[in-house]
Amino acid sequence: MSIALPRRRVIPGFGLTMGFTLLYLGLVFLIPVGAFLLYTTTMSWETFWNAVTQRQVVASYKLSFGGSLIAATINLVFGALVAWVLVRYRFPGKRLVDALVDLPFALPTAVAGIALVTLYASSGWVGQYLELFGIRVAYTQLGVIVALTYIGLPFVVRTVQPVLEDLEAEWEEASASLGADRLTTVRRVILPALLPALLTGYALAFARALGEYGSVVFISGNLPFRTEITPLLIVAKAEQYDYHGAAAIGTVMLLAAFLMLLVINGLQWWTSRRHG
Amino acid sequence: MSIEIDHVNKHFRDFIAVDNVSLTFREGELTALLGPSGSGKTTLLRIIAGLEQPDTGRIRFHGEDTTDLHVSQRGVGFVFQHYALFKHMSVFQNVAYGLTVRPRRTRPSKAEIRRKVMELLELVQLDWTAHRYPHQLSGGQRQRIALARALAVEPKVLLLDEPFGALDAKVRAELRRWLRRLHDEIHVTSVFVTHDQEEALEVSDRVVVMNKGRVEQDGSPEEVYDHPANPFVYQFLGNVNLFHARVHDGVAKIGDVTLPAPEFEGYQNAPGQAYVRPHEIEVFADRDHDGALHAKVELVSVVGPMVRLELRTDNSEALVHAELPKHRFRALGLQQGGDAWIRPIHSRVFLPDSRVANG
Repeated sequence: MSIALPRRRVIPGFGLTMGFTLLYLGLVFLIPVGAFLLYTTTMSWETFWNAVTQRQVVASYKLSFGGSLIAATINLVFGALVAWVLVRYRFPGKRLVDALVDLPFALPTAVAGIALVTLYASSGWVGQYLELFGIRVAYTQLGVIVALTYIGLPFVVRTVQPVLEDLEAEWEEASASLGADRLTTVRRVILPALLPALLTGYALAFARALGEYGSVVFISGNLPFRTEITPLLIVAKAEQYDYHGAAAIGTVMLLAAFLMLLVINGLQWWTSRRHG
Repeated sequence: MSIEIDHVNKHFRDFIAVDNVSLTFREGELTALLGPSGSGKTTLLRIIAGLEQPDTGRIRFHGEDTTDLHVSQRGVGFVFQHYALFKHMSVFQNVAYGLTVRPRRTRPSKAEIRRKVMELLELVQLDWTAHRYPHQLSGGQRQRIALARALAVEPKVLLLDEPFGALDAKVRAELRRWLRRLHDEIHVTSVFVTHDQEEALEVSDRVVVMNKGRVEQDGSPEEVYDHPANPFVYQFLGNVNLFHARVHDGVAKIGDVTLPAPEFEGYQNAPGQAYVRPHEIEVFADRDHDGALHAKVELVSVVGPMVRLELRTDNSEALVHAELPKHRFRALGLQQGGDAWIRPIHSRVFLPDSRVANG
């Protein structure tokens, strides 16, 4: 018995593609995550609660979620700016800059971490001058944010860029002909049109920052209570064969990240719904 | 508010878009800028609006030089071919936009804005769409909203860039009649760009025909249609048949047909081109008519109440197009592939140097 009458399509194969999709999602995503959650349920509620509320762990949540939010917000502003420059202006070396944006995708994050720490250490090229102003980056929470910003850069740029390319120049002209100055046009016409893409990029950059490990461990110095991120704690616990503790913290991360992404996606759905 | 275009030039790289154009649009007139694509009509409209800067020349509104004024300061209403409605705003917000972006000092109160927007929505007969979003409206409705939005700022001049270009034929015809009535009500100096000669002739007070960045003719719709200044205008305003003709002492001869051409009094045996519209050709089923040329009916196509014929004369390679009412066609009893006799009853002769005569 079929639920809906199958419609004839130009490209058939619903059964095949849907079946493959389910299999694929199952193998690479649902089974590992499910097994992980299942493993968490084998511990008692008390063990779980103790593992996830240790003071050291709570401090790491604050840094991981707070740092990721700040990094994603920085990327939101500057990513939008980079996308704007790449779409709207022609300048020598534009293609090179365009290609460079993707570099954080490709570069091993450990390499990025080592490069950042070399630059920002108090003897490094950038660090020694920042030191004069009393700003320390390496081995501080600021360093964590710098690393998270670096690896999240491409997301906002790459989600906003195509939308910006499709943005009708006529909108800006219409706005101007109705008496709006440039700032008003950006605020009332361009930004609302970009909002869904900005939110998507923001969510992706945030999610990426939350899961980041490789680059942060080099620049943060991993000081308990101060510069320890949650993924580092999970690795540390696993290395000490405290699999239960690692799984418990992992579950908290998973749920919190899922909730935040759900909220951002909900926002994005809400803004794009009105666009038709 | 009159608009004066004073020796305006504009080029894009090596393409000359507007070539030394001078025009005056009188206060309260609805003018059509008519021409094929690439004739510079849209560029000229955008220069008037301030969306493009001319290379040389000045634009004046009511004598006041506005050439260097930013588009937002010019007080123009601009309507785009593809509406350019803000799709994240409701219809109400779209129409209110021009009022809400004003600096606080000159911005009307919320209640005042509301009253004004609803008044405009009633004017375009779409007050019931206030809370909808543009994607929920049809093309014709969107264009009316775009017009209401442009009118909300009480523009000194209204500029429309192919306003009906993206609409289907029926909506297009309705909307242009509606625009004409609207213009009669509000009387704001308006210029609209079109490549559709029917639209230009039907709607406007005045038609400016453009080609290759230049003005070919400037006059009332009747003047332009009945007395085209040159072969380009004649051809652009409708279908046309070309015949070789000779002008001699105030008459034009096409084959054995003689038509009056009083402008060519004094010309002796000069070769020219006679332009004849399809409805200006008489068609007969028999040979007993003075000067009628024998032709074969190659194609008959019925278009609503009219019948269009493609005929081939004995000595000519080019097809002759003729148009006649269906009842007349039936009375003649013509057949595709059969014989017919044709005779031009009116023509317009252009000599190679483009001097003009009526026939």
